[in-house]
Amino acid sequence: MTAKKALLAGLALSTFGSLAHAADEVNIYSYRQEFLIKPLLEAFTAETGIKANVIFSKKGLLERLEHEGANSPADVILTSDVGPLHDAVERDLVAPIHSDLVDANVPAHYRSKEDKWVGLTARSRIIYASKDRVEPGEIKTYEDLADPKWKGRICTRSGKHSYNLSLIGSIIEHDGAEQAEQWLTAVKDNLARRPQGNDRAQVKAVKEGQCDLALGNTYYYGKMLTNDKEPEQVEWAKSVNLVFPNQDDRGAHMSISGAALAKHAPHPDAAIKLIEFLTSEKAQKMYAEVNYEFPVRAGIEWSALLKEHMGEFKADEVNLGDVVKHRADASRLVDKVGFDN
Amino acid sequence: MTDIAATAAPPLIDTRTPRRFMPGWYSVAWSSALLVMLPVLAVFWLALFPTENIWPHLADTILPVYIKTTLLLLAGVGGLSVVIGVGTAWLVTMCNFPGRRIFEWALLLPFAMPAYLIAYLYTDLLEYAGPVQSFLRELFGWQTAREYWFPEIRSLGGAISMLTLVLYPYVYLLSRASFLEQSMSIRDASRIFGCSPLQSFYRVSLPIARPAVAVGLSLVSMETLNDFGTVDYFAVKSLSAGIYDAWLNMGNLGAAAQIATLMMVFVILLISLERIARSRQRQFTGTDRFRSIDRYSLSPAKSGLATLACGLPVVLGFLIPFLVLGSYALRRLDQLTEADFLAHASHSFTLSALAALLTVAVAVILAYSKRLYPGYRSLTLATRLSSLGYALPGAVLAIGVIIPLAAFDNSIDAFMREQFGFGTGLLLSGTPFAIVFAYCVRFLAVSSGSVESSLAKVTPSMDMASRSLGLNPMQTLRRVHLPLIRGGLLTALLVVFVDAMKELPATLILRPFNYDTLATYVYQYASDEMLETSALAAMLIVLVGIVPVILLSRTITSTRQGE
Repeated sequence: MTAKKALLAGLALSTFGSLAHAADEVNIYSYRQEFLIKPLLEAFTAETGIKANVIFSKKGLLERLEHEGANSPADVILTSDVGPLHDAVERDLVAPIHSDLVDANVPAHYRSKEDKWVGLTARSRIIYASKDRVEPGEIKTYEDLADPKWKGRICTRSGKHSYNLSLIGSIIEHDGAEQAEQWLTAVKDNLARRPQGNDRAQVKAVKEGQCDLALGNTYYYGKMLTNDKEPEQVEWAKSVNLVFPNQDDRGAHMSISGAALAKHAPHPDAAIKLIEFLTSEKAQKMYAEVNYEFPVRAGIEWSALLKEHMGEFKADEVNLGDVVKHRADASRLVDKVGFDN
Repeated sequence: MTDIAATAAPPLIDTRTPRRFMPGWYSVAWSSALLVMLPVLAVFWLALFPTENIWPHLADTILPVYIKTTLLLLAGVGGLSVVIGVGTAWLVTMCNFPGRRIFEWALLLPFAMPAYLIAYLYTDLLEYAGPVQSFLRELFGWQTAREYWFPEIRSLGGAISMLTLVLYPYVYLLSRASFLEQSMSIRDASRIFGCSPLQSFYRVSLPIARPAVAVGLSLVSMETLNDFGTVDYFAVKSLSAGIYDAWLNMGNLGAAAQIATLMMVFVILLISLERIARSRQRQFTGTDRFRSIDRYSLSPAKSGLATLACGLPVVLGFLIPFLVLGSYALRRLDQLTEADFLAHASHSFTLSALAALLTVAVAVILAYSKRLYPGYRSLTLATRLSSLGYALPGAVLAIGVIIPLAAFDNSIDAFMREQFGFGTGLLLSGTPFAIVFAYCVRFLAVSSGSVESSLAKVTPSMDMASRSLGLNPMQTLRRVHLPLIRGGLLTALLVVFVDAMKELPATLILRPFNYDTLATYVYQYASDEMLETSALAAMLIVLVGIVPVILLSRTITSTRQGE
């Protein structure tokens, strides 16, 4: 009997013990896949001792946050695009991030004007051009994609995907709504096939000869080139040249992955620490190495691969808040033009 | 809607005489129905508050495409599923041909395959850069796409094929159950009148099986409507794509809810039409269920055709995807020892098992209450509406679940703060309970169909006899009805279990931190076209589904005593 009681007591105490050890933690609602952010979170925990808890979903997390209200356990929202960040601000779900460290680490055009979100990594949406069938310098701007000489030679993913909506939004911001509509209609006429697949699938199509130009984000290049599990992706990457559009005027279109602080965060200090960590030199280097994205922090050396294949380029420095506000219009434009049909 | 398969005989109990009102049963049934309806009602409520009126824009641009595509999808998937499901069910039940015994259960195997998996696998196989086309190009020396024609897998036709391959088992299951129950004497009578096997099928078996086929078809239709993963991957613009577009790209959740409501109204309409068309039909199952089935012998040529007809769905819907998946999985066997992997598997298993039990329990409560109160229209209506959750796309259902659960949690929390000075925080939201609840809402249609049709076959004289022997309704349910409908209960449990194992979108949104099921783990990678990395987990989903599927087949077969 005593042994049994001792055992039970021991078990009970160990539960309390573990509760007491529930040291600081930070809860993350993430729109970015876990396998992308896990290395960074592990580094964070190793450095600060703060445990990071994650839920990943590509949709619905903001609604969950909204309805959970003041009792929501979420501290930080991580996104893979600026869209959800913008939505979170519009729906009053986030608190400003007051951190001198973050302000110093991240350039102003990658931060919300009211400090309500901060970019963590940047990537450009560029043109992957076939090495065999496109001369260097033959295409120079996004607007060039509308040129009839490209008829039947362009591949892209769905116009409704957030990366493309972002690009269309920037065209609306820079060229105006009417021009954007004409541009989109002309690009649609130049498509080699109905928009489908993801960015890598477009480069695959260029390699196989289905089209000559593809729209895609820069980090996929690094991922394809170093894919030892699927070596055919290396071939896809080797078959294309990277074209950074609009180098003579505004620069290539950028998008960010970012973070925001939840309004009712139960662990606000830990949350700020996490965001600061993600903009720190260590994390920014990891982003550059692991995900082939561009660090937002100035002065971080790019990975050897990025340096070798991309080099310096001019980035569009428009504030992304001004681009993402056109997203709904961009979506409507895609419908109007029948881009995905 | 879900009692379509019930043999809607006029109750032998006189309903004009007021039944003794049993408040216990009535209120339990009503509360269960209401609870399950909450998420659907939440979506209706959301539909009242769009951020702006989206309909003019939709009508001008893409709504016709959405509607046309959706109708084509429904017609294609529904039609093909009925042809394959009913045809193979009849062949396997009524005819003798090589492989019949295997096909009995093998035809159910595609049910274990998640639709999104099959979509990814076939795309990998059949797309331009995939092995099939590459091989053809090598063989014939073609260089680019412009030199030959190959069907585009990422198209409406592709989506219809994929969905048909995984959904026909619903129709197969229900048709086979129905054929197994059919009285041999009716069949014999038709033979006496000179009907050939085909005529007998068309004029006798098929009409009798019609209620079952109708239920199967309604399940297939709802699954087609709620699917987003497959149609999105194939870039097919159906109404579910419209829902997500309005929600995520235009930031208009209310408008998305409006489109979802439209879809559900459409479902209700379809099902009502079918019931009206069938309202005059009365069926009574004969009592000679003890004669074993006298199968038709087919000529060698016809036997060969039968084998082919049954083999094709199994090969296309299960064998090929299974082998491709297996080849990927074998490369990553190292994952088996990862601690996380086992955790994911146990989560899947637990959630699915709990959901199956809960869903069947609710289905039994609702079905039995309908039996006790046949005249109470409102209860019937509540039961039907509670099955609507199946037609909602997964993520919308998740939002529908979050709204009442969070409201509940926050009210309790506010109350506790006021009265006792401390808050309780979130109690139900973000816990596995939310997921199980969502599964229940979603899969009630499936379990209701099975439970109700089984219950309806128990003659009312059983109830009367039991009552006259002094048992109250609860005791009657436990001691008389449940044992009699064992087959239907087991079927419902198994189907919900397999369906829950595959469920993805709602699980993604509702889960707690650091909590993955096999399906969500697979999605992480598959959504980035890295299926190979998560192939082992995907394989496990399928393998875990196979056992219930085989059990299912045996359950159905054993419903015919004497087999």
